[in-house]
This record gives sequence, structure tokens and C-alpha cells, in this order.
Amino acid sequence: MSTAKSISGDFLLAVEGLTVSFDGFKAVDDLSFYLDPREIRVIIGPNGAGKTTVLDLICGKTKATTGSIKFAGKELTKLKEHQIVHSGVGRKFQTPSVFEDLTVFENLEVSYPQGHSVIGALAFKRDTAVIEAVEDVAKTIFLTDVLNEPAAMLSHGQKQWLEIGMLLIQKPALLMLDEPVAGMSVAERKKTAELLRVITKDHTVLVVEHDMQFVGDIADRVTVMHQGKVLSEGSIEHVKSDPKVIEVYLGH
Amino acid sequence: MFDGYTSSELMSIFAMQGFAGLSLFSVFVLMALGLAIIFGQMGVINMAHGEFMILGAYTTYLTSGFFQSYLPGLFGGYFFVAMILAFFICAALGALVEWLMIRHLYHRPLDTLLATWGLSLIMQQAYRSIFGAREVGVDLPEWMMGAIPVTDMVDLPINGVFVMIIALSVAVGVYLLMYRSGYGKKVRAVVQNRPMAEAVGINSAGIDRATFALGCGIAGIAGAAFTMIGSTGPSSGQAYIVDTFLVVVFGGAQSLIGTIVSAFGISQAQSTMEFFLSGSMAKVLTLLVVIGILMIRPEGLMALKVRR
Amino acid sequence: MKHSSLMKWFVSREGLYYLALAFLLVVLLPLTLDSFRLNMVGKYLTYAFVAIGLVMCWGKAGILSLGQGVFFGLGGYCMAMFLKLEASTPEATAIQSTPGIPDFMDWNQLTELPWFWEPFHSFSFTLLAVIGVPVLLAFVIGIAMFTRRVGGVYFAIITQAIAAVLTILIIGQQGYTGGVNGITDLQTLMGWDIRTDEARNILYFICVGMLFLCLFAARLVQNRKLGRILVAMNAQEMRVRFSGYDVAAFKIFVFCLAAAFAGIGGALFTLLVGFMSPSFIGIVASIEMVIFCALGGRLSILGAVYGALLVNAAKSGFSESFPELWPFAMGALFIGVVLAFPDGLAGLYKSYVMPLENKVFKRNKSKTAPVATRQTAEKVDDYSPMNDTYSPEKS
Ligand SMILES: Nc1ncnc2c1ncn2[C@@H]1O[C@H](COP(=O)(O)OP(=O)(O)OP(=O)(O)O)[C@@H](O)[C@H]1O
Ligand SMILES: [Mg+2]
Repeated sequence: MSTAKSISGDFLLAVEGLTVSFDGFKAVDDLSFYLDPREIRVIIGPNGAGKTTVLDLICGKTKATTGSIKFAGKELTKLKEHQIVHSGVGRKFQTPSVFEDLTVFENLEVSYPQGHSVIGALAFKRDTAVIEAVEDVAKTIFLTDVLNEPAAMLSHGQKQWLEIGMLLIQKPALLMLDEPVAGMSVAERKKTAELLRVITKDHTVLVVEHDMQFVGDIADRVTVMHQGKVLSEGSIEHVKSDPKVIEVYLGH
Repeated sequence: MFDGYTSSELMSIFAMQGFAGLSLFSVFVLMALGLAIIFGQMGVINMAHGEFMILGAYTTYLTSGFFQSYLPGLFGGYFFVAMILAFFICAALGALVEWLMIRHLYHRPLDTLLATWGLSLIMQQAYRSIFGAREVGVDLPEWMMGAIPVTDMVDLPINGVFVMIIALSVAVGVYLLMYRSGYGKKVRAVVQNRPMAEAVGINSAGIDRATFALGCGIAGIAGAAFTMIGSTGPSSGQAYIVDTFLVVVFGGAQSLIGTIVSAFGISQAQSTMEFFLSGSMAKVLTLLVVIGILMIRPEGLMALKVRR
Repeated sequence: MKHSSLMKWFVSREGLYYLALAFLLVVLLPLTLDSFRLNMVGKYLTYAFVAIGLVMCWGKAGILSLGQGVFFGLGGYCMAMFLKLEASTPEATAIQSTPGIPDFMDWNQLTELPWFWEPFHSFSFTLLAVIGVPVLLAFVIGIAMFTRRVGGVYFAIITQAIAAVLTILIIGQQGYTGGVNGITDLQTLMGWDIRTDEARNILYFICVGMLFLCLFAARLVQNRKLGRILVAMNAQEMRVRFSGYDVAAFKIFVFCLAAAFAGIGGALFTLLVGFMSPSFIGIVASIEMVIFCALGGRLSILGAVYGALLVNAAKSGFSESFPELWPFAMGALFIGVVLAFPDGLAGLYKSYVMPLENKVFKRNKSKTAPVATRQTAEKVDDYSPMNDTYSPEKS
């Protein structure tokens, strides 16, 4: 039933027959889709379609009822959240969640992929590699000037960037972003699109987004979800002209 | 531990201890109901709940004294007056406490725990100063004395049965209030989605206060009932508090039926084991089992799934 | 730390706070108090161990345990068992029907030493157990609760229930535990009479020494990335988890750390006071320990020491003159600290005393330009008085 187009078959992420039910309500229902390496995929769909839940399932926040999620050949459904992160999946939440009490620098440092065990965290030292990595990422996310500000002082848009930066510093193979431009000003949206273009040069990205303009800007392929199922998949033009999609978005 | 008992003896023992456990069950239910609706609504544990219960007990004690001195003819009915008084006095104090203290501690449930513990210390000492450290008891009205014989080995004391009737009536009342009234609908709306409930015009702060007062009021009724089966001292409330917490948590925070089932289970387990083991070991074993089950199933027996 | 940086630390603001505490405990109090009072101070200090653990566990990581008395008590009982066995030689207990076992066992018709008492003949085993037993229990509780994501109010209530269970168990099992009286009549530690004034003074200083060891251990944890993760976990558990940390492991660690501190405190308590009883374990005792921490400032390890000292001193003061007023004061303290001063003494210190201090330290301040690369982990701990933006070079 999937519309996988990759001929190689070497998917970075292969989601198959994924289902989760909350007290009988199937928020995601027999969902399958496949991501190629370096692909930028956008998931769209009306409110409550199950988009956030799909990301929750991939990153382990919610456990699947049935189905499989293979990431770089590894089955994710059996792993714990931190193990999924270590295998290379980064997740940004819908509402910005950064450590408000820590400075921007410290936020990034905490996310640096080293010293993640209890002993490691006790032994962790801020060496030049860490500092370089932090400054590097800070430049990418336009926050070099505010490195020493507490994160609480940042604007909403800057917090969103910081959270993206916290993912980037982990060097994940797959980045999942839930509505990265929601609540941003027009200028911030533009900058974020620019940021995503930089990121997507060397990451696979899975984005949930409502803003169709933004989707058109960045997506390689679009998956439309409705009531937990894939409604349509393909290029932005393809899904835009799909009568089923038009029906869901316009006809109520 | 069953060695040396014949099966018919065992049956009688279970029946007898089962009925004995029903008194404990009644106290648990009454205490836990109040605690549970507060916890369910606000996520707050009221550590002074036992002291509210004792306030109800002292209210009953004073009322019975008053009837004895001034209205001896109506003594048979003093309990009902006392129960109503206890409810309103405790509810009023509860509303005051919510206004002065609890509402300032939203989103800090652990701090509420500590603050209400402080309140419980103050209330206990106040009782000690006013009523003395000795336990006081009330005289039962005539009609509550005696027992109903069930079999030749098992007697049912009337006061115990009466207290159980109160407990079950209160439980039914709470059920009706929560699931069949406008207030209950609002409470459930606030529990499931506070911001949304506020957005549709529900006064969630008012609901909080009413719920806290109601919970404390029910503790007052618990206290009134408590005097019928035991004597009251300044720290009698504390003796029940841990068990009651466990009853609530074990039952599943937002489930009324769960609370009653777990009250029944815990009280029965304790009283049956008491016959075979020493009282303290029975309690240890019961608590350990409950803690063990909670470790396996932390959401309690019957948890409501709410998205967080 | 290299020698020079150690020196620098001592004249830094944080170093001075530690020196001030050391001066108070090592010089001022021993010089001004008689042996009896000094012993009392020592007893209060044993609670400071628990309070420091609570700062790490509750203040930093947000895990409120209402059962710290359990770990304090286990540490204390381990020590008491060793001392009791030493006091129960066959010669000293010749009049018993079974000589050579502790007196309360004899009174309870036990005829031989229970198996779990046997290893407490060994002092090295006892020292191990003082830390090991509390940590083991904390580990088991931690695994069961934190890997299943039980936290907040549930955790608090369950730890309280555990405190209740242990108290009832100890009181109920008189023959094995000494029951409600506890383990009393402790006399010597490896032949050294601990009841003399001189011994008590020495024990006081040992207690102060151990306290500083624990303070430094806690400080190490809080200043490393580990400490930052604990604080971050409290505020944004989800983000920490999805930054690749095993949140449960960190919680288990900090809960075990707090248990270890409490166990050490309990053992010292037994040595200083000369007995151990279930009244130091139960619900009431355990929750009082939280107020030591809260009064000091739940995020400040030094504050915890002052909190423990002050509350206990006040308690003794009250119970000597107006015992009936103490519960009111204690109750008011709980309510007041939570409602009005959630950052406790450390918070008050920070807002009222520190501005004055800043004038003195101004010249140092100007030297630390806020460049990211030179910042140190010390910065995280905003609330504790010893850590403000002035940060000494890390080793
Ligand atoms: N843990 C949960 N328990 C119960 N229901 C849930 C849970 N998580 C999600 N749901 C339900 O699943 C459905 C899908 O939710 P989801 O958040 O994935 O939608 P979404 O497509 O991200 O919507 P939006 O565009 O509003 O962000 C919703 O109806 C939601 O209420
Ligand atoms: Mg969503």
C-alpha cells in the first residue's frame, strides 16, 4: 500500500503498519511510509490527524500498539527513548522546550553527545572540542550574540532555533521537527526556512507543518495524514491537486 | 499460617474478621473519598486530612455533650445533627485553608504536601491544648448499642453496620454529585483540560475551592462516623493517614469505584491477616503488598488515561 | 585541583563561605559550648547529612522523598548493631539465660543471635553496611519507581509508606530489633568508651570532618555536568530524555547519593547519642528532615547545614521552655517557608546580604568577563549563596 519510490530500497527510515490506540481510539492506524537518506519529508494534515503522534512513536515517547519502525536497519519500537536518540534520531517538540535557567551555551553543551551516562556526566569536561562545536552550532542557529544569555530571555522564535540547535549538536541522522515555524514572525519564518535549507544539506529531515507556503519552500515530498492514515503522498503539486486532499481540507 | 484450623473454623474466622474489617473499610472509604476528590481535581494531597476528620469527631463529641446536658430527650438523634455540623464546619475551614494557602501553591504539589503537613501539626497541637491529650469518647444513643446475630458464631454490631451505611451513602452521594450534577460535569471538565474548561467559561478557581471544601467536609462526616466505633485523640487522624493515601493512590487517582474497591481490599486484607499474625505484622504485610503492586502498576487499579 | 587554584578557591567567595562554616563548627562552637551542648550540636549536624542529600535529591532533581528517615535509621541501626554486639560479651551478659546475645533478645526469649546480626561483629563490614544497606534499599526503590516513571506526589507518598512500614516492623519485631526502645546501652567502639566527654568531643570533630567530606562530594556533583542535568531534569524532564539521557539512571543515582549521606549521618548519630530507636525513622521524623533542607534553601547545600542546625536548636530551645508551643512553631515553619520563602535562608541571604558583599567583592568581579569559553559549571547554581556569577577557574 505504500508509495515508496526509492529504487535502492536502502531507506533510512521505514515505518510499516504502525498503529497505536488510546483506549480503543486509533490515533495512528496502519501507517506506512519510507524516508530516503537526505530526504526532506513534510507531514501535513488537519488538526488531530495524528502527525505529532507519529513523531512520538518514532522517538519512543509513545509505544506503538503494533507495527515496526526501522531506522538504518535497526528496530526502534523496542528501544528506550535515550537509546533511540543515541542511534541518531533527534526530536523537536511542538512547544519550545529548552532549559530556561541555563544559558544558551549551556543548553547546547548539555546536548553535546558526550557524557550521557551518570559517570560520564560526572567526568565531563568542557574542552576545546565542546566549545568549538557549540560555537559552530550557535552560528548556524543565529544565536552567537546571545550565547551567554539565559534561555529564558530569548524570544519565542529564538527558543525554537535553540531547540533545533540542541538537536544539531547531537549530529543526528534524522531530525524530526514538529511545527518549527508556528508562532513565528514573518522575518523569523524566512530565517527558519534558510536554516532548514542549511540543515538539510547533510541531514534527513521529517517536518510536521501547517504553513503551506513554508511546506512548498522546503519539501522534497509531502505525506498527507488524515484520521491516522496516509491520505496521499508525493510532490507538493501532486498532493495539492489530489481530490481526496481537497475534500478533507475544504469539504466538511 | 492456616495450620491447625478446620475448614469450617476458617470460614467462620474469615467471616468474623471480614465483618471486623468492614468498620475499617467504612473509615477508609470516608477518609479516602474526601482525599480522592481533592487529589483527583487538583493533584494535591492534603496531609491535614486526618486532622479535618478529627475536627469532625470533636464536633460530634461536643454535640453529644450538648444534647446530654440540654436536650436529653432528643439524645437519640444527636448524631445526625453532629454529622451535619461536622460537615459544614470542616467544609468552611477547608474553604478558608484553600483561600489562604492552597491556591497560592498551584503547580507546586510537593510544596502543598509540606504546607498541609504544617497545618496538620498546628491542628493537632490545637486539639491537644483544647481537649487535652487524652482520648475522648461519646456515649452511643440507645438504638446503636447491641448486635444483630447472624450465625451462632458471628455477631454484627449495630454501630458498625450503621457506620457502613453512612459510608456507602456518602459514596453514592459523591457519585451522584460527580457524575449526575452540573458541578460534577464542571469538575470533570477541569480535570481533563483546565485551560479549555476556563476558555468555555468555567470558573476553575471556584471549582477548586468548592472541591477542597467538599473533600474536607466529607472528612468531617468521616470524623463523626469515627466516634461511633472508636475514641478520639489529637493524633488519631494521623494513624489513618498513610493507609488512606495508599487507598487513594492504589485505587487510581480519578476513579471513585477504584477508591472503594481498594479501600475494601486493603481493609479486608489487613483485618483477615490480623487474626493469624500480630496486628503490626498484618499491617506491614498489607502495606508491603500495596507498595509492591503500586511498583508494578503505578497508575493504580483503575486509572483514567489523560493526555499530559 | 592544583595547589595554586586551591588557594584561589579558598579566597574566592565560595571558599570563604566554606571557611566561615568551618570556623563556626571547628573553632567557635567548641570554644564557647560545654561538652554537653557541643554533643547536641553534633547530633544536629548528623541531620545536616540528610538535609544535604535532600538538597541534591529534592531541591535539584525535584524528587521529594518523605522517607529519608529510613536511610538515616538504617545507617544508625547498622552502627548500633555493631556497638551492641561489642557491649554484649558473654562476660558482660553472664546473668542472662543466654549469655553473649544482646539483652533485649534475651528478654524476648531468643536463644541465639539471628543470622543477620552475625556480620555485625566485624567493624569493616559495619562501615560498609552503614552506606551499603541504605544505598541498596534506595537502589531497589529507585529501580522500581523511576524506571516506571513514578514521581512527584506518588513517590512522596510511597516513600512515606515505606517509612511507616519500617517503623512498624522494627517496633513489632522486638526480639530482633529492640522494639520501640531501640538499641540502647551502647558503650564502646572497639574498646574505646564513647560515653566520656573526651570521646564525645572527638566524635564531634569526626562528625564535622565527615560533614565536610559530604559537602565536597555534593559540591562536586552539583558543579559537574551531572548537577546541571539534575536541575534540567527537574524543569524539563522530557527534553533531557530526548537529549539522550537515561533519566531514570540519574534519578536512581541522586536518590542513592542522598541515601548514602543519610546513612552516614545516622551512623554518626548513633555514635554521638549512644542509642538508636525507631522514633528517628518514622513518618514524623522523616518529614521534619525535609524542613531542615527547605529552611536552609532547598537548592543550597551549605544552607542545608544551617537549616538543620537552626531547626534543631530551636526545637531543643522550645522543648526546654515551652514544649506545647513547638508544634505550632514547626507548623508555622512548614507553611511559612513554603508560602513565603521557598528559597529559604539561602534565598534571603542572596537578596539581603549579598548586595552588601558585592561591594567588597567588586574588584574580583570586574576580572571575570563573561565569555562563554571561560565560564564554568559553577554558574548553574543560581540560588545557593556560594555560587553567583563570580566563578573561580576550574581545575
Ligand atoms: N496519549 C494520548 N492519549 C489519548 N489520546 C491521544 C494521546 N495522544 C494523542 N491522542 C489523540 O490522538 C489524536 C491525534 O493527535 P496528534 O496530536 O497526533 O494530532 P496532530 O495531527 O499533531 O494535531 P495538531 O495539528 O493539532 O498538532 C488526537 O485526537 C489526540 O487527542
Ligand atoms: Mg501536533
